[in-house]
Amino acid sequence: MRERLSGNEAVAVAMRQINPDVVAAFPITPSTEVPQYFASFVANGKVTTEFVPVESEHSAMSACIGAQAAGARTMTATSSAGLALMWEMLYIASSSRLPVTLAAVNRALSGPININNDHSDTMGARDSGWIQLYGETNQEAYDNFIQAVKIGEHKDIMLPVMDCFDGFITSHAVENIELIDDDKVKAFVGEYKPEFYLNNKKHPIAVGPLDLPIHYFEHKRLQAEAMRNAKKVILDVAAEFEAMTGRKYGLFEEYKMEDAEVAIVVLNSTAGTAKFVVDGLRERGVKAGLIKIRVYRPFPVEEIAAALSKVKAVAILDKADSFNAAGGPVFTDVTSAMYGRADGVKAISYIYGLGGRDVKSTDIELVYERLLSIVESGDIGEIYNYLGVRE
Amino acid sequence: MAYNLKEYAKKPERLAGGHRMCAGCGAPVVVRAVMRALEPDDHAVVCSATGCLEVSTCLYPYSSWNDSFIHTAFECAGATISGVEAAYNAMKRRGAIDATTKFIAFGGDGGTYDIGIQSLSGAMERGHDIVYVCYDNGAYMNTGIQRSSATPTFADTTTSPAGSVVPGKVQKKKNLTEIMVNHGLPYVAQTAPMGNFKDITDKAQKAIYTPGACFINTIAPCPRGWRYNTPDLMKIIKLAVDTCVWPLYEVENGKYAINYTPKEKLPVEEFLKPQGRFAHMFKPGNEWMIEKFQEMIDNEWERLQKLAAM
Repeated sequence: MRERLSGNEAVAVAMRQINPDVVAAFPITPSTEVPQYFASFVANGKVTTEFVPVESEHSAMSACIGAQAAGARTMTATSSAGLALMWEMLYIASSSRLPVTLAAVNRALSGPININNDHSDTMGARDSGWIQLYGETNQEAYDNFIQAVKIGEHKDIMLPVMDCFDGFITSHAVENIELIDDDKVKAFVGEYKPEFYLNNKKHPIAVGPLDLPIHYFEHKRLQAEAMRNAKKVILDVAAEFEAMTGRKYGLFEEYKMEDAEVAIVVLNSTAGTAKFVVDGLRERGVKAGLIKIRVYRPFPVEEIAAALSKVKAVAILDKADSFNAAGGPVFTDVTSAMYGRADGVKAISYIYGLGGRDVKSTDIELVYERLLSIVESGDIGEIYNYLGVRE
Repeated sequence: MAYNLKEYAKKPERLAGGHRMCAGCGAPVVVRAVMRALEPDDHAVVCSATGCLEVSTCLYPYSSWNDSFIHTAFECAGATISGVEAAYNAMKRRGAIDATTKFIAFGGDGGTYDIGIQSLSGAMERGHDIVYVCYDNGAYMNTGIQRSSATPTFADTTTSPAGSVVPGKVQKKKNLTEIMVNHGLPYVAQTAPMGNFKDITDKAQKAIYTPGACFINTIAPCPRGWRYNTPDLMKIIKLAVDTCVWPLYEVENGKYAINYTPKEKLPVEEFLKPQGRFAHMFKPGNEWMIEKFQEMIDNEWERLQKLAAM
């Protein structure tokens, strides 16, 4: 079914089609529309969900944890400071193995306060034990959201999942989108039937105990194992999704990488701009390629390293800074994946687009030109770079 | 059937013995009394804010709770139990569950008056069918007796120490019960596990079985923080009530009722004297502190009486 929707509306439609038991959310730009659309679905009887309009994001995630632990399929949406306020609870959701689904509409973190897009919010949550999927377009935000539910709830995983997409660029821009029929979505995700849940009188349980040194470490180890299991499940779910829709998803997308000598690694909407640049370079005979990461947690270490092992130079673009005086978070992950697996490939970091700074095709061209000059001279030069900033 | 403690005590225990709360602590006494108010066939999901109660009753791999139990964090028992209740409504609607389940949150004064007040206020305002019980021991006891907004004036705590210049806590105790009344809730009560436990039992029953969000505030003395002789727990509670330091009252749909009027209202010294946290108030030259304390208690008692007479 062809439609024209904004990213926020597309995700809200996915939520309507899934008809979860509980949605608890608090408004924050640019994710506000998601609970707004959803509240109208509730008000008009399009869903049977309990909508809990909480008084903060901390309470949103707390209520989601309570609901999911009680046996309910539960969802929320947030951005930026809202995700930051959830921080404490993000870890509690994942360590309690509760597959909550969160639409994370990427926005810069304060301060200074800025409502525009970058990835500092979800990048900060990258080690919170949540699976993180990133999407370039409205279609991907929608498709990832539906797959997220099935991934998180898999018995080998039982982890919460963030569906990350760019604030305004994706959340508010209206694009053509292919929606799946309601009944197909419902059949795809199935009914949520947890093995243990609070609202089971026949088998009461306790969630969230004090966990002392004799057990805590084993619980964290099991949590880590679930994240390691996730890669396979994500691919299985993608295959099932492809069979239903014809749309193919993997751990990351390789664009013109077969014979690429220079490549960019990027997340979310900037990939669209970068693909345009790659096409132009290819017309000029430059062997340029692109990798767009879809699954950032778990991080596809071997696969990324293998994909990059054949290029001569790569630039990893981060729409967030780590303030580690060394490079952005994606850069650090990619280069550590390459160690021992893609040695000799020159890798540089670019921080770009912070606080919604426009990223133009000419900016991306500069990065490829830099990579070409590195290949030509053999000199890597500065590793930690900024793109499009006045200095 | 008239209330009979002996009969009532025969109901099955919902908080098992063997938990790790201190001897002489009021909190487990409160919990057992509240939980006993549940109908035997009803299931409950209990939520506890981080605090003594939580770390002492649910220590992996053990749980003292015969019902389902959830703890998430310090400041969000209100929101957590909201989510559980919302889940129940949705699951019942789609036929996933059929048993009757009640939802009770417990928090100390730290998790309720202070760090958890936003989450509590939100849950109460939204009107979930839940009961929130605050066991008020008047300080952050779990972290080592730091002052809270529920700490009484002049009390000596580790962050409001009575010194040569500062006379213990200088601020007034926050009136949380009134804050809850002003949420327009169907039922708010202040109670104490005292005597034959009729007051706390009746109030817990009313709160649990009144539809909507209900709030109970109960005194729960702490022998470590209050520094009283451990076996004197019940005596201290009685003194708090008989001095009107902790009046027993309830507000049903906005209508106030005082549930206990002491035959003889005792002077506050009777309550203050057995507690180490108030010892400095009895030093020569500090008589003004006791006078001031008495004045605050009298004012509140008078205010309540006026409200109840309306």
